Amino acid sequence: MAACPHSRCLHLQEKDLRKKDFLMQVKFAFWGSALIAGMICAPLASAQSATPQQPQRIRDGWGKAFVRPQRGPGTGPAPKHDISGTWEPETTGFSPYGAIAMPSDGKPEHALPFTKAGEEAFKKNKPGFGTTEVAAALTNDPVNQCDPQGMPRQDLYELRTTLIMQNDKQVALLYTYDQMWRVIWNDGRPNPANPEPRWLGYSTGKWMDDTTFVATTNGLDERTWVDNAGRPHSDEMAVEERFHRVDNETMEWTVTLTDPKYYTKPWVAADKVRFKLMPADFHIGEMICSPTEISRYNSLVGSPVAH
Amino acid sequence: MKYLAKLAFITIGGVFAVSLPLAAHHGNAAYDEGTKITVKGVAVEWIFENPHTILKFDSKDASGKVTHWVAETGNATSLARQGFSKDTVKPGDAVTVTMIPAKNGQQVARIHQLILPSGESLGSDRP
Repeated sequence: MAACPHSRCLHLQEKDLRKKDFLMQVKFAFWGSALIAGMICAPLASAQSATPQQPQRIRDGWGKAFVRPQRGPGTGPAPKHDISGTWEPETTGFSPYGAIAMPSDGKPEHALPFTKAGEEAFKKNKPGFGTTEVAAALTNDPVNQCDPQGMPRQDLYELRTTLIMQNDKQVALLYTYDQMWRVIWNDGRPNPANPEPRWLGYSTGKWMDDTTFVATTNGLDERTWVDNAGRPHSDEMAVEERFHRVDNETMEWTVTLTDPKYYTKPWVAADKVRFKLMPADFHIGEMICSPTEISRYNSLVGSPVAH
Repeated sequence: MKYLAKLAFITIGGVFAVSLPLAAHHGNAAYDEGTKITVKGVAVEWIFENPHTILKFDSKDASGKVTHWVAETGNATSLARQGFSKDTVKPGDAVTVTMIPAKNGQQVARIHQLILPSGESLGSDRP
């Protein structure tokens, strides 16, 4: 592409990229259908795989354009005991159909190990997505009232760009969704034995090795859901988060749930979800859950299509 | 007259059951996922906000009957990351909207693709 001296050039390039992105989606959909129909042929498949990946531009919360980090290994080793930085999901951390490693899709391998009490609690939840989904206006999803997602749903549904800051006693996570933040204490304190329930619970963590930080959260409010598919949890749930900095620009985030009241065994809800480090001047965009805006949405869209 | 002249005929496109992964926050159950329709019309209001941006627009069929549509797309945060804004669509803009309609027949839909007056397109809701 010839160099362009005007500021408008970037805008034009981005428009072009968006068009290409849409065309890529159309191609993807077409090819997926062809696969399902058994009509796909090898030459087409190889042609698609040979298409070079286009860099995707994204704008930050101040409108500044950045190139989205590419997949693949970073440029250097992970620093010791450091997961700080602004982390962008490599593909996505947004998972509308439930926990990203165990979506609510009816597949046997994604069936959760419910206890009887857990199954009963699941039936009471009416999510907008998954095997038990109902129309938008009929859900009893607390997030649709702008209640906090809570933990672990903060990690399992709307996990977008996340800023992690740390000192010698705390690791703080600043999430995109609803400008939510939480602290993981790294000062040696234990988790509370009989805590007052909180939306985000009580988190402690420690370094397992030079590049792996493991946090445990308990004391969670039963009003929250595990994920966007209405999976429930009890007050006995403990959430383990494992942050593994693979290299200088890559981190993997794993979430494991233990809740003996509702699940017969621990289960992995997010398995090494990969994040890439963004430049330090990337400003996370505002994403507030506004009751006024939710109400307008339900009035114009949710309620008219409910029945 | 200028406004009416901009109103285009409704074009009910061929239905082809090709679905992209969809990511509306508040549920898919109300939409007919196997159907897509393409409607040309004139923008009335572009509500650029969360949890979903909403386009209100009017279309007109061959007999002159005007239909008022409400169509939802991605949240404002994600659209802003892609370079869209509250000024992307203005009242009076001619728009072509390919959308997944509501099962219950209401003139409410989820946008699959929105073609703007500039020819630029805004795709499905994506994270």
